[in-house]
Amino acid sequence: MIDRLIDNRGLDSFDYRFLALVLAILGIGVLSIHSVTHSQQAGLAPYYIKQIAWILMGSAAFVFMLVSDYHRIARMAYPLYGVVLLMLAFVLLEGRTSKGAQRWIALGPFSFQPSEFAKLVLILVLAHYYSKTPRVGWLQRVIMPGMLMLPGLVLILKQPDLGSGLSFVAVYAAMLLMVGVRSKALGVILLLVVMLFPFAWEGVWGSLHDYQRQRIMAFVDQDYDPGGKGYHALQSRIAIGSGELMGKGLYGGTQSQLKFLPEGHTDFVFAVYAEEWGFLGVLLLLVLFVALIWLSLEIASKAKDQLGALLAAGIVAMLCFCVVVNIGMTAGMFPIVGIPLPLMSYGGSATVMTMASLGLLLNVKRRRLSLFY
Amino acid sequence: MATSSTHESELGELQRRLMLLRVGLLLVVGLLAVRLWHLQIREGPYYRDLSENNRTRSVLLEPARGLIYDRHGVLLANNVPSFSLYVTLEDVKDREGLVQNLADLLGLDPVMIRKKLAVRGSKMLPKKIKDRLTLRDATVIESHRLDLPGVMIQVESQRNYPRGMAAAHLLGYVGEISPEQLEKPEFADLHQGSIVGQYGVEKSFDRHVRGQAGQKSVEVDALGHEKRTVQVDKPLAGNDLYLTIDIRLQKVAEDLLGEESGAIVALDPTSGDVLAMASRPGFDPNIMSRELTPKQWVEIVQDERRPLNNRASQGQYPPGSTFKVPMAIAALESNTMSPSSSVLCTGGYQFGKRIYHDWKASGHGYVDLHKALIQSCDVYFYTIGQRMGIDMMAEYAKDFGLGHETGIELPSERVGSIPSTAWKLKVKKEAWLPGETISAAIGQGYVTVTPLQMASMIGTVANDGVSYRPRLVQAIMDRITGNLQEMPAVARGKAHAKPETFRIIKEALAAVVTEGTATRAKSSIVTIGGKTGTAQTTALGKEKRAEKDIPKKFRDHAWFVAFAPVEAPKIAVAVLAEHMGHGGSAAAPLAKEVIETYMKLRSQEPAGVPQS
Repeated sequence: MIDRLIDNRGLDSFDYRFLALVLAILGIGVLSIHSVTHSQQAGLAPYYIKQIAWILMGSAAFVFMLVSDYHRIARMAYPLYGVVLLMLAFVLLEGRTSKGAQRWIALGPFSFQPSEFAKLVLILVLAHYYSKTPRVGWLQRVIMPGMLMLPGLVLILKQPDLGSGLSFVAVYAAMLLMVGVRSKALGVILLLVVMLFPFAWEGVWGSLHDYQRQRIMAFVDQDYDPGGKGYHALQSRIAIGSGELMGKGLYGGTQSQLKFLPEGHTDFVFAVYAEEWGFLGVLLLLVLFVALIWLSLEIASKAKDQLGALLAAGIVAMLCFCVVVNIGMTAGMFPIVGIPLPLMSYGGSATVMTMASLGLLLNVKRRRLSLFY
Repeated sequence: MATSSTHESELGELQRRLMLLRVGLLLVVGLLAVRLWHLQIREGPYYRDLSENNRTRSVLLEPARGLIYDRHGVLLANNVPSFSLYVTLEDVKDREGLVQNLADLLGLDPVMIRKKLAVRGSKMLPKKIKDRLTLRDATVIESHRLDLPGVMIQVESQRNYPRGMAAAHLLGYVGEISPEQLEKPEFADLHQGSIVGQYGVEKSFDRHVRGQAGQKSVEVDALGHEKRTVQVDKPLAGNDLYLTIDIRLQKVAEDLLGEESGAIVALDPTSGDVLAMASRPGFDPNIMSRELTPKQWVEIVQDERRPLNNRASQGQYPPGSTFKVPMAIAALESNTMSPSSSVLCTGGYQFGKRIYHDWKASGHGYVDLHKALIQSCDVYFYTIGQRMGIDMMAEYAKDFGLGHETGIELPSERVGSIPSTAWKLKVKKEAWLPGETISAAIGQGYVTVTPLQMASMIGTVANDGVSYRPRLVQAIMDRITGNLQEMPAVARGKAHAKPETFRIIKEALAAVVTEGTATRAKSSIVTIGGKTGTAQTTALGKEKRAEKDIPKKFRDHAWFVAFAPVEAPKIAVAVLAEHMGHGGSAAAPLAKEVIETYMKLRSQEPAGVPQS
């Protein structure tokens, strides 16, 4: 009952700042997508129009996640996880193939990627689990949540979708770091393991597709064979580097406009932006992302209960992970693993999922003043 | 409540741990910023270069060759647009696949394509694979653009000879520069695929006509397809040539030879201008300028009639009785004979044990120099040859331009041979035999000349000893400045003979046409002086056989050298008709036709100045 009362309060300045940051990053994303695709002939509608449509859908998801009580949403965690697992299994059997991986479920004119939603659902599941379970032993703190994550991870890696798989593990690791492990040192080690995942886990190698192996090989030896394996990484670095301080200007990025840089509107949208806006633009974008994450951390640290704090922490961790890994990979620091840049890369599933997550975050903040539990 | 307080403390712990995430975030974002600073600021210029290289390609723009006109401005060689196929290896991902694709689409030989791609050079520079693509082929390539990364169709100018086979030997032809030529300093600024003159005037004046290649920087996309032109250095077209020939006269000369092998050279003795230079059999320079298949090459090179041979400047033949002209001059000038002293001709000349026959078995009776030339009496010239000796004969022959290059601006001019005792020692490593002097006196034996040399010789006689280097190009028009640079007539050393000698000789040569061996050259419109010649090609005892029974390839070559008008010579002509028998019947009428045509053309319009 009291929930309702709180819901009706208007937006405060914190919310405005939060929303302004989200909109700014979304806007930069749409602009970059438009820049790189404006000369291409799209089928029905230009990419940037479609992205705006996704953002509108994402806004609906955002509002929905904002107004519903997150406790109620968290109670749905297990059934939702069941649905996600079913969809992941369905994708493996019937899904649409793209670049040798099956990731998509076709729904009429749309197709969506269950693995994107799986990330958010995993956050819900783990947050729900930790907030409800007394955490006394290793079994309850580490093993059980691990067992919860594992079926989703296996199904995602089976597609194979290395990027989503890594995000999955990252969410789990972040949760462990927050509440799962007693010792901070162990948490740090865990985080490192996630970072070094593609190198460390020899076993994953066998399950990778050729193009993924090539992408990883490209990281190991960046300059070898620009026409083949290292092509992506090299072209991306050329795009970013050639932007220099001031950039080449909107629509001026030769690397992306002339298609030397593949996937300019999706995974490599950061390189497009960096080429056209230069180091100054890059700093601005980093500041925007850091500010957004900072505000999100603020929400997590001021959450009124464990569930809220865990949800917020999980979402922030996922956001951080995706931003850092995506920029890192386009800048040639990490292997190219196919993680989209949140709020900027073109893509319906990722956009809607990210905005839903942010809605949930703000939900947590808006309820932190409620003393009712 | 215990649970609640545990919960509270756990929440507190959790929220304290968020600090870790904050620190981690700043650390990692800091790392990213440093990395991006490194990429964009420190290595920015390096990557900027890489991106420029990525997107820009240099395309060489072939220049249009200069045009070639005849002396009246009639177009003999121009350029027509043509499609050329280029491949830039830098943009080719699958080389073998591309080779197969091109071979299938255009019906080309994959081996040829591979060979062209394998030529050394920058991967960034497009390599020419084929020129003269048909419109259909060019369209096929353009419509398959997306499947053919790195492939480019370029419109270039292609050499064209609108008059086909006319003046082919003189004009020559063009072709792609050969690897050997590329090594030479005069082709230093050229590159693989450049078109250079390979024969004729196209070759000897190549550096004037060639022009200068330009360069175009184009922006390409990831598939190597041209998007935009960044910068253009226009190619400079080559200079235009105005030749000395009159294409109408040239055509008449070529038609006169028809299907026979031979050469006709017509010069202006007062300037050295080459008015016509026909050689048969001929070839089509349009075909030769194309890329020939090895089979086509073999066919042309192995053709027994040797159509690529310019018989006018490269064919070496015994001059036969035409050689009597310089010999007669030699006899007068060396005081071996006075004009009035006679020799008795009984149809043969005994030297040692051998009898040298006159062409007229019954003999000419008493002949002086005048009569000896008119009737082409061999015994008279045997006699004076014997008296002068081979070395003196050689001296006078050389004085009239025989035995050395005329200096015409054509590649590979041959010089023939004017024997002497020293010559025989040097070339044959043997001593001169006195009997050899006798056959040399009537232009047989070791004596060989080119038709061009003979035209120059008779022109020198007609011009009273003043001789000019044969001139093919009278002016060069600079395409950039528009200046017309006239090529001056180049005088050569004056032949050493008294005016009186020339008068006597010319009088006799005029009589050759009016009453002697060349009455078939007699013209109703112009006075002609000349000398016939019948050059033996074999020493078979053929006097005993009728001409028509001898297989053609053993028949004599027919010569006629002439000039006209006798009073003030404007044209000197040498006609050589291979295996056509007697000069008087086979060669003289041809010379007459050429001379009459020229005189008519001259009377129609003022000659000389090229029209722009």
